[in-house]
Amino acid sequence: MPRGAIIVDKERCKGCGLCLVFCPQDVLAFSGEHNRSSYDVVCMKHPEQCTGCGFCAQTCPDIAIEVYRQKKPKDGS
Amino acid sequence: MPVSTENMVKVFERPNSLNESQFSYCPGCHHGVVTRIVAQTIDELEIRERTVLVAPVGCSVSMYQWFRCDGTQASHGRACAVATGLKRVNPNLIVFTYQGDGDLAAIGTAESIHAANRGENITVIFINNQIYGMTGGQMAPTTLLGQWATSCPDGREGSLAGYPLRFAEMVAQLEAPVYVTRQSVYDQKRIMATTRAIMKAFRYQVEGKGYALVEVLTNCPTNWKMGPVEANRRLADEVVKTFPLGDLVDRGQSG
Amino acid sequence: MGADTIDKVLMTGNEAMAEAGIRAGCRAYFGYPITPQNELLEYMSAHMPQAGGAFIQAESEIAAINMCYGASAAGVRTMTSSSSPGISLKMEGISYIAGADLPCVIVNVVRGGPGLGNIAPAQGDYFQATKGGGHGDYRMIVLGPSTIPEATEHVMLAFELADKYRGPVMILADGMLGQMMEPVVLPKPVDPATLPAKPWALTGAKGREPNIVTSFYLDPEELNMMDVKRESRYRQIEEQEVRYEEHETADATVVIAAYGSVARIARTVVKMARGEGIKLGLLRPISLWPFPYAPLRAIADRVDAILTVEMNAGQMVEDVRLAVAERAQTPFYGVLGGLVPTPKDILREVKRYAG
Repeated sequence: MPRGAIIVDKERCKGCGLCLVFCPQDVLAFSGEHNRSSYDVVCMKHPEQCTGCGFCAQTCPDIAIEVYRQKKPKDGS
Repeated sequence: MPVSTENMVKVFERPNSLNESQFSYCPGCHHGVVTRIVAQTIDELEIRERTVLVAPVGCSVSMYQWFRCDGTQASHGRACAVATGLKRVNPNLIVFTYQGDGDLAAIGTAESIHAANRGENITVIFINNQIYGMTGGQMAPTTLLGQWATSCPDGREGSLAGYPLRFAEMVAQLEAPVYVTRQSVYDQKRIMATTRAIMKAFRYQVEGKGYALVEVLTNCPTNWKMGPVEANRRLADEVVKTFPLGDLVDRGQSG
Repeated sequence: MGADTIDKVLMTGNEAMAEAGIRAGCRAYFGYPITPQNELLEYMSAHMPQAGGAFIQAESEIAAINMCYGASAAGVRTMTSSSSPGISLKMEGISYIAGADLPCVIVNVVRGGPGLGNIAPAQGDYFQATKGGGHGDYRMIVLGPSTIPEATEHVMLAFELADKYRGPVMILADGMLGQMMEPVVLPKPVDPATLPAKPWALTGAKGREPNIVTSFYLDPEELNMMDVKRESRYRQIEEQEVRYEEHETADATVVIAAYGSVARIARTVVKMARGEGIKLGLLRPISLWPFPYAPLRAIADRVDAILTVEMNAGQMVEDVRLAVAERAQTPFYGVLGGLVPTPKDILREVKRYAG
């Protein structure tokens, strides 16, 4: 079970690639899938490695990434 | 394959102070990062309903289109004068300007310096990318020596075109400013430092402490003619040598 | 001091216009020293804070007009003043104020020009004021007072018109009007709380959609729409806000067209001429934009000549000729350099066309 996950808003992604470089877990890659603005959008290549650290989202200039993290045991029911 | 977020909590999302429209910036442009930090700060301080932004001339000329707060647009360089007018007649407003190096430190030098010198209770976000972005890559007052630009095709020559203008240092000489800092957003650590600096600058305004300037060293992949990753490296390796990072003035701590 | 309580006072034009501004509900004044309008700035520095308004001696005329842009955008009645070279500096800001549909009152205490010129009274800024001194398609209501009491009334009126039509309004005075003293009955103060609401103002987006004040419309269709909308307001102004005064024109064979201080001198000339049996009248444009074309045209049909007299090389005369066309002679008499024409000088000119 991965500790975190991200959701990329494909239409906001401009394929700049900054998030790929900033991800400490090598989770991200270009998907080869192009959005309506013809940008090659980013996807999770290794979702199982995601820790939900949010570095990718912090560095994304287009706020194309939402970050999720596993609920801590004390948070959960 | 769809990503599962089952049993997870959202820890990062679009700030509420922004609407749904997309930024018009080029891919990899740091303007988006700083704009997001500003919006997040407005959220955290819960000041959206009394914030007025003053957009400059340049790539962020129509930034009011992305915010869910009141906004205006100033003539080239005059954002600090416009902000002064807004704040003086309605001190309850939280007023910030967001200006590039050409706007703030070339054509608007007088307005920028004097608003700082009067200690206007406003927040000035200064985007220093060492180039004129919107007009297509001409030399800025902050262009590094030797740096190529479309209007200095042989690189900036100090004896002819002057030297990179250290605006934060100039403002730091004044008595009135409460907070003057230079930050960058080329890596995670710097993004966090910039986030803290912008928060402090706005917080000081909310507390009525006075003028704050946050200079942010940013990239311009398009006009620097390099990829975003390489541009980030240039900031970290070269630009910081001319424009050292860190706080220059912080008089807001006590009281 | 008693300007707040005493209604009839002896004041310089500059001070009277400042006091009228405060009484009109102006709560933001930004200016920069330049002769011959300094007393206006100085008066504001003392009295605006007392009225609870904002006063700043700005770092330049450019900064001052842009502070006005900000204060006006916040919904407050706003004013600046300067003299010719300083007004040139403000022109970019005035264009933005027009483009962003912001009310603002600008006083120009005109001095000799071009360039640094001198500090004597002149009317060389007529073109700049009435034909769009800044860039782009915009118009500005321009009022040309000829006495200090009228200048105070014009300040009150200017604020009303600026709010009503959402644009810049200029008082085109001159060094003489600014500097001389005259008894003035000051207008009754307006309570800013009773002024019409400005729902477009930047007051914080609380419980409503964000308000945007801008002159920037990248899409040509959108800019066209904004410009056309503004143009229709300009047509409304042309229909409703023409102001002028006719003096002894009913039986006149020659009429002087003059505004501001020159019109005041021209009244003396009319008296002198009438004393000599010359049927001389005066048409005094009060609103310089919108210009009283129709009244001038009507007079032109029944007189031999309309003599335009100005303290410049011939500026308003172009509007007079546009109005009159070939209906009557349209000679011009002007003095330059900050000189003021004497009644005798003008009467001599009148006699060339009378009888």
